[in-house]
Amino acid sequence: MKRYVCINDDESSHDLYCDNRISNRKYTLLNFLPKNLWEQFSRFMNQYFLLIACLQLWPLITPVNPASTWGPLIFIFAVSATKEAWDDYNRYLSDKKANEKEVWVVRQGIRKLVQAQDVHVGNIVWIRENDEVPCDLVLIGTSDPQGVCYIETAALDGETDLKTRVIPSACVGIDYELLHKIKGVIECPSADKDIRRFDGNVRLFPPFLDNDVCPLTIKNTILQSCYLRNTEWACGVAVYTGNETKLGMSRGIPEPKLTAMDAMIDKLTGAIFVFQIVVVIVLGIAGNVWKDTEARKQWYVEYPKEGPWFELLVIPLRFELLCSIMIPISIKVSLDLVKSLYAKFIDWDNQMIDQESGTPAHATNTAISEDLGQVEYILTDKTGTLTENKMIFRRCCINGVFYGNESGDALKDVELLDAVSSGSPDVIRFLTVMAICNTVIPIRSKSGDILYKAQSQDEDALVRAAARLHMIFVNKNANILEIKFNASTIQYEVLETLEFTSDRKRMSVVVKDCQNGKIFLLTKGADESILPHACAGQQTRAVIEAVEHYAQLGLRTLCLAWRELREDEYREWSLLFKEASSTLVDREWRIADVCQRLEHDLEILGVTAIEDRLQDGVPETIETLRKAGINFWMLTGDKQNTAIQIALSCNFISPEPKGQLLSIDGKTKDEVRTSLERVLLTMRITVSEPKDVAFVVDGWALEIALTYYRKAFTELAILSRTAICCRVTPSQKAQLVELLRSCDYRILAIGDGGNDVRMIQQADIGVGISGREGLQAARAADYSIGKFRFLKRLILVHGRYSYNRTAFLSQYSFYKSLLICFIQIFFSFISGVSGTSLFNSVSLMAYNVFYTSIPVLVSVLDKDLSEETVMQHPQILFYCQAGRLLNPSTFAGWFGRSLFHAIVVFVISIHAYAYEKSEMEEVSMVALSGCIWLQAFVVTLETNSITILQYIAIWGNLVAFYVINWIFSALPSSGMYTIMFRLCRQPSYWTTVFLIVGAGMGPILALKYFRYTYRPSKINILQQAERMGGPILSIGSIEPQARSLEKDVSPLSITQPKNRNPVFEPLLSDSPNTRRSFGSGTPFDFFQSQSRLSLSYTRNCKNN
Amino acid sequence: MEMERASTSAAPVRPREVPIEGKSNVFHQFKQQQLPACKPILTPAWVITTYLFMGAFFIPVGLVTVRSSRSVVELVDRYDIKCVPDAFKSDKLRYIKDSSIPKNCSLFLKVYKHMKAPIYIYYQLDNYYQNHRRYVKNRNDQQLLHGLKYNDSSSCKPEQSSNGLPVVPCGLIAWSLFNDTYKFIRGRSELKVNRKNIAWKSDRDHKFGKHVYPFNFQNGTLIGGGRLDPSIPLSDQEDLIVWMRTAALPSFRKLYGRIEEDLDADDVIVVKLMNNYNTYSFGGKKKLVLSTSSWLGGKNDFIGAAYIVVGSVCLLVAIVFILLHIKCSRPYGEMHLSWNKKAISS
Repeated sequence: MKRYVCINDDESSHDLYCDNRISNRKYTLLNFLPKNLWEQFSRFMNQYFLLIACLQLWPLITPVNPASTWGPLIFIFAVSATKEAWDDYNRYLSDKKANEKEVWVVRQGIRKLVQAQDVHVGNIVWIRENDEVPCDLVLIGTSDPQGVCYIETAALDGETDLKTRVIPSACVGIDYELLHKIKGVIECPSADKDIRRFDGNVRLFPPFLDNDVCPLTIKNTILQSCYLRNTEWACGVAVYTGNETKLGMSRGIPEPKLTAMDAMIDKLTGAIFVFQIVVVIVLGIAGNVWKDTEARKQWYVEYPKEGPWFELLVIPLRFELLCSIMIPISIKVSLDLVKSLYAKFIDWDNQMIDQESGTPAHATNTAISEDLGQVEYILTDKTGTLTENKMIFRRCCINGVFYGNESGDALKDVELLDAVSSGSPDVIRFLTVMAICNTVIPIRSKSGDILYKAQSQDEDALVRAAARLHMIFVNKNANILEIKFNASTIQYEVLETLEFTSDRKRMSVVVKDCQNGKIFLLTKGADESILPHACAGQQTRAVIEAVEHYAQLGLRTLCLAWRELREDEYREWSLLFKEASSTLVDREWRIADVCQRLEHDLEILGVTAIEDRLQDGVPETIETLRKAGINFWMLTGDKQNTAIQIALSCNFISPEPKGQLLSIDGKTKDEVRTSLERVLLTMRITVSEPKDVAFVVDGWALEIALTYYRKAFTELAILSRTAICCRVTPSQKAQLVELLRSCDYRILAIGDGGNDVRMIQQADIGVGISGREGLQAARAADYSIGKFRFLKRLILVHGRYSYNRTAFLSQYSFYKSLLICFIQIFFSFISGVSGTSLFNSVSLMAYNVFYTSIPVLVSVLDKDLSEETVMQHPQILFYCQAGRLLNPSTFAGWFGRSLFHAIVVFVISIHAYAYEKSEMEEVSMVALSGCIWLQAFVVTLETNSITILQYIAIWGNLVAFYVINWIFSALPSSGMYTIMFRLCRQPSYWTTVFLIVGAGMGPILALKYFRYTYRPSKINILQQAERMGGPILSIGSIEPQARSLEKDVSPLSITQPKNRNPVFEPLLSDSPNTRRSFGSGTPFDFFQSQSRLSLSYTRNCKNN
Repeated sequence: MEMERASTSAAPVRPREVPIEGKSNVFHQFKQQQLPACKPILTPAWVITTYLFMGAFFIPVGLVTVRSSRSVVELVDRYDIKCVPDAFKSDKLRYIKDSSIPKNCSLFLKVYKHMKAPIYIYYQLDNYYQNHRRYVKNRNDQQLLHGLKYNDSSSCKPEQSSNGLPVVPCGLIAWSLFNDTYKFIRGRSELKVNRKNIAWKSDRDHKFGKHVYPFNFQNGTLIGGGRLDPSIPLSDQEDLIVWMRTAALPSFRKLYGRIEEDLDADDVIVVKLMNNYNTYSFGGKKKLVLSTSSWLGGKNDFIGAAYIVVGSVCLLVAIVFILLHIKCSRPYGEMHLSWNKKAISS
């Protein structure tokens, strides 16, 4: 689909495309009620409760007052509807603010101030400095004579650096005044959500230019929600408006995530539902039989001889209503409540505040905290997640001379400083490339300092380092770069920029020295993309050695190179380049091809080495989490070697002989298959050994494996605890998440940059690091944390507690509902199977909503083990991962307990209150008191740590039970007038209650004690150890280190430059076909080069 | 449970100690999930003591309860079969339904043990479902209290009106009022039976109206149980009030009256009764019960027996646990923790 935009045409496109009204709202005033109700009723539980509530309106069958269901139901609905309405109202307010913002738009040839929502496709929009862009525009003019402007795209992709945008060549030189009258057609694709791509054409109508088609790229656009910076004004043609902008298309409310626990609770609810149906059918049949055989003889019941046609249904429906309390109506509300409290605990946690930036952890998604405790796989990004993403220039090798090897910091290396001051030409050229071969924009702040706005952290590091070495990049004025070197100013004119792409893995600039008019090509890039293009005679050995050496230290390396161009050579090439730039088909590939023609015979100047330090606590965190049984996969856009180095240094994989690293590679299907099969075979053999086997795969092989050998790869994924995937694209990351999810694993994806967003959204749990790459990942994620190391606490403390608490709370909710329901069922056997409710409506409602909900809600404070113990013994997380605390068998335990307690309560109350005492209201209150007392003891017994709040809630609740019932007993109009006073005066009431407690709790306590002492779970052992004081340390020492990683791989700090080849070499012994393959012009060239020397250019790779 | 105080101070030093004073400190502890908590642990000593204590508590209480239950003297006599004349033994329904047949009947009760006043007279009905759903709600509490002003008695169907006029008291419960009567004769003299104050005072005062008189009661085509004197207000119709306290079980006793003099052992009581109430159609039983009372109420061995059983089981459990503890005592927390997944999952 194509879209044709008529520039500055007031009529034509109004109806064709939507106006610029942004709407994120889900509801309108009119459709709120029906739509919200519809959404709520699409949930099975709500449908069920509504059905029950409706049935209760039929007085013939209802055993209790309809209010006992309607009340809670309406309450639940009101709560969630209010929440939705509030959220939507806030969205409406922010939309309104955006829509009513005033912007300058050309109307009938005159610039007018209109509201943003009235902008139409084709309008010319004027933006001033620091204005927000109201819709997607194609630039046609800026205040800059060269047609450049700067924008900040933080709201779009989270990157805080400035980006340059230029007007298309067709619009260059149009006069300011004439911009109002410009006419033409823009041809562009229909709106999509790719914010990095815009392939269009513009054609201006005379008198501006002849009918020449001029290509448009994303460089010529400014997108909605960006800000114009450092540019006085810019104007552009609206091409996408309203919700059809690139931002608008990528918006959308993500699917709500369902935790494994919710799924399990739903499953159990389903089982209870089936059980309920069975009970209803059995009792219904029994009731009808009893009615026909017995009840008709009982004259005092006066059963009519002939009933209505639905007579057979009446008794089953009554039982359905009687049993409807089996599924606790309050469970959803209670769960929502405690879940938001879990989220609050995460927000409040002082130990997860990043001290450097002061950012606390934040739970955006409040509903999935339990899943954190059940994580089985963690898929992590590397740069910025494991590392700090703070690039520091550490070493360099210029023309075979190593600088910075002794001190670990080249900037302090006296030799280098000497070389700079003495003006060694090699060094100066090296510094020049460092300073100007980039897309950095220097900005002079008011105080006179120069700030650099760089898209890539590597470039930033290089420019800063150059500045420290007296090669200061001072100013960039359109195409003129100004460099200050030792008090002299040098000017260069940038002729062309050969941009970085992930395929080329290098970038170049063509500059002209303004003093002598010489033209140079300056290049920097990954070694494997530079070395093949070195000039024939040059000795590359030194460079290769340097690269290898730095790689061993885990440094990111770049090769710098240059070449002087002849004037005619440049002219010739520049024509080709222009032509390639304006092609519509395969533009990227064509440009790459043309660029390659220039980038040859390079003179290699040297190698830079940049350090990206590991974040604090990363190795410990990974070790702890791996002990906890979580499998780690590292997905990175980085080179294989850098990835392996980082992996080694952060305990990700173990060096030989404890660990083994298998490699899957190959560029064709067959190669990948053989390699995959071999790895799989090794995996199968070693799976029983306590060996740490990991595999490493690159993006190309991964693509083939996922496409053709999905099954084998899935098996491999299941077998392998660790994997490193390098050179993967964002969509491959998402695919891997999808693959693991399809194997029914709980996936946590953690990342920090825009390229991780898809992975984060795809995973069960997405965690974003609010780091230096902006907030894009953090915004898309369910949880955002400041540093990787907080992941440990997030999972082991918050996730685990949340899981345990919800497990208790949900099962307890079922237990108490089943308890009261079983009593009702038993009672029906002695009430002629007629569906009489033993309990009155008030008691039933209060039982569910009040008596039993409050004590259990404070179980959110329960801690089975202290945080320290969990951190010391992370293996205990296994109980959560395997769902040990909430599964059909634990549920069966609770089911049995409720059955047992129901029998105890029922049998004792009807026998103790037999004959002359058998008054309906009294028996009902005795049974209810028995239930409440048992609840209090059950909660106490199941609580592991009792805080003051729990004391208050549990025993206060018991007191409240009596107070409430005394109040009801004081009302003459209520059915239970005087009952509770009467009972409390009877000694037999108290003896009965104590008997119920003794008989009900005795076996439970005995069983629990027996299990706890003689069949203890690991949790019990740790509890005992923790609470008995002493032995906790001895346990720690006894415990076999399941996967203790030898720490002989030092962190990445460059203190002892020793060659680690012996450690590192055998890791790849399984991949004999690693080889260096240079050249070959396919776009996927880089995928094949498994070179051990190849090093990183990671930061830029992230752009793909 | 052994309460060990694990306070926050035991936790390692926080990276950032937030200085908060006074009240907000508790809130801060709550937010950090660091509220001081007591962490009970099931130690053998504690659990065994609990069971021993439970045994020591339950068995004596049980013994006391049984004793007091045994002290109650209870005379029970089933009369519904006995009182049917031989001629009607095969067709009891005709006997009970034919009002022309005299229903009077005599029982002889022998007091086996001295009975101290007050002696409660109960009638017991078995297999009678006062808790049947159709029955238990078939009443109108408003009407009972306020009379004919409350005519909307849909809850009383099918006994809400007869001959086009409303019925007071309406509903199946009132309609099926028990109407056997008893007279007690010891030797020559008739025993005085106090039939006042047999209903709950609260019911008389607040549930049944003082100015509500029976109206149009038992005038329908179908006669249920007893009739009421239309000149006595409902609050004084104690038999009705007692009857309308529905029983939760299909076998129940209701108070008929009290004999306020002692009965000696070997006294023979002659009971002259009118066997009016129909239990024959559904196979119910009618019994007459004379019983004294103790602090726990009437004769009921269940509670005492249950207490003794629970108490002895607790003692037994305690002994078992002691033996277990001696035989395979296991030092706490020093168990070998092996963390391979198989060990955990098995």
